[in-house]
Amino acid sequence: MSARVLVGVKRVIDYAVKIRVKPDRTGVVTDGVKHSMNPFCEIAVEEAVKLKEKKLVKEVVAVSCGPQQVQETIRTALAMGADRGIHVEVSGKDYETLGPLQVSKILAALAKKEQADLIILGKQAIDDDCNQTGQMTAALLDWPQGTFASELTFEADKLKVVREIDGGLETIMIKLPAVVTADLRLNTPRYATLPNIMKAKKKKIANVKPADLGVDVSSRLEVLKVDEPPQRQAGVKVETVEDLVGKLKEAGRI
Amino acid sequence: MAALFKARRALGMVVGHGVRCLSQLAELPELHQMMRQTCRDYAQKELAPIAAQLDKDHKFPAKQVKELGAMGVMAVEVPESLGGAGMDYLAYCLAVEELSRGCASTGVIVSVNNSLYLGPILKFGTEEQKKQWITPFTTGDKVGCFALSEPGNGSDAGAASTLAQQEGDEWVLNGTKAWITNCWDASATVVFATTDKSLKHKGISAFLVPMPHPGLSLGKKEDKLGIRASSTANIILEDCRIPLGNMLGERGMGFKIAMQTLDSGRLGIAAQALGIAQAALDCAADYAHKRTAFGAPIGKLQAIQFKLADMALATESARLLTWRAAMLRDAKKPFTKEAAMAKLAASEAATFVSHQAIQVLGGMGYVTDMPAERHYRDARITEIYEGTSEIQRLVIANNILKEYQQ
Repeated sequence: MSARVLVGVKRVIDYAVKIRVKPDRTGVVTDGVKHSMNPFCEIAVEEAVKLKEKKLVKEVVAVSCGPQQVQETIRTALAMGADRGIHVEVSGKDYETLGPLQVSKILAALAKKEQADLIILGKQAIDDDCNQTGQMTAALLDWPQGTFASELTFEADKLKVVREIDGGLETIMIKLPAVVTADLRLNTPRYATLPNIMKAKKKKIANVKPADLGVDVSSRLEVLKVDEPPQRQAGVKVETVEDLVGKLKEAGRI
Repeated sequence: MAALFKARRALGMVVGHGVRCLSQLAELPELHQMMRQTCRDYAQKELAPIAAQLDKDHKFPAKQVKELGAMGVMAVEVPESLGGAGMDYLAYCLAVEELSRGCASTGVIVSVNNSLYLGPILKFGTEEQKKQWITPFTTGDKVGCFALSEPGNGSDAGAASTLAQQEGDEWVLNGTKAWITNCWDASATVVFATTDKSLKHKGISAFLVPMPHPGLSLGKKEDKLGIRASSTANIILEDCRIPLGNMLGERGMGFKIAMQTLDSGRLGIAAQALGIAQAALDCAADYAHKRTAFGAPIGKLQAIQFKLADMALATESARLLTWRAAMLRDAKKPFTKEAAMAKLAASEAATFVSHQAIQVLGGMGYVTDMPAERHYRDARITEIYEGTSEIQRLVIANNILKEYQQ
């Protein structure tokens, strides 16, 4: 199999960190806060590496968009088994307003440039929960998409994707080249082994600018304000079922 | 021109090396940070949730040891050609600290395998011995142990009464070894026995014995105060016969092998103690945020703040000593004094921090609902094994006096 897989990895605030809104309500505090690879991106990398181990794909390329720090995220992907990395340099205001539309344009351009046969992304990022990049990338490339994948199988030149949908599981067959987004149950990401961490040091990370790919990263969205979720109010205790029904009617809930 | 270029390059290497050594204390190199993070993730997700149960059941974490073997953590310093991770001692110390932060027993299992078993064979073994006794012990499928102490002598290692007599093409070992960590779960041991009683400590030699083996039996598992998931027992040798090729190093080299092995081993224990101290500090600091008394979280009270500051200071100081000793060892410089300082500082930090952590938690610190009591129990042994705090003080003092030799 001569397939090349592109895997997108996003650097996000670590899932365990307590998020704090900035005092000026323009965003959340990111300075000095622990960041790590988006958990769904970890699952995407793991799937790509597994495909390589099964010899179904030839090369796994990890891509991330952002400032210097995203190189750590790319190196984590390399330590998990990706072959090389691409760092698309986006910083400052551009990085603050970077969203799925710009990233999908970048990924589409890279897929053409690198002649990728498959793009695997996490289904969504845990910071913005957009769940759009995979879908947009497929549309821009006019490629089929298998989103919310919980199982991925190669069948000749097609991909069988089992998708997690509200009603249960849906199985689809899509032709390569294609875009797949990883859901939680696709696999369990491996811990980077020490020998692989050592090997990751020697693997190459190429630097690219969005302009080199012909992509304009200016945003068409403006964030007006960011607020904390409302504080949870205390409940009210009632004595009887009648009281409960009465209170619910009062509150206009029934 | 060429000479100038050579000189500039040589200076650059010296300066570069020096700067790298110093800056490592300020911030670890990327490789080490990644390694530390992967061990921390593993400890948080796979060890911390089961540590209390492992302690209660006195259960050897076989599954986790295998997983750690697959990660390369059971043989950090062993070169890749022999199946190890091929990393340096600083990386190893970071690994043991992070793992011990999750489960101190797992930390000591990893440390004993790396420093006390693989260590001496790597340093003193023949190529043949390395293939036979190292490679199978890198994967986590098999662990080794180190048998030096005896019922009659711990600190007094030179008085080994276990005997080894040559009979034809075999060594016959007789005697009892005590307090051997990992022994109920081990597949091999490095044993120290006297080959020439008249030469006193220069008459001790080291031997490699597979486990199980005829003539080698294990005493009952000790019921310990802490690190209960790691087995500790006597090893009894009764006419235990091994081939002549199982001697490690030269005849009479045993004491030297033991002492050099312990020099490195005590950094592993220092790292374990740091992990315990850090876990206790984590527990106390978290509690200080959540527990309210006198109308506010107790972290607002100076009494608690002073404790947390002292706990953090003790841990961080010991950590820097440990890193420095590891860096000296990696640079192949003498590190005996620094290693003793690190082990002494870290073990005393562990007992101090875990003691204060219980104090911060109050009544909650005394019950098994919180991990503070387990950290307190786990910490205590670090001041005893691989060289008691008293021995560490003697080692440091001897080195100081040598430096000031008249």
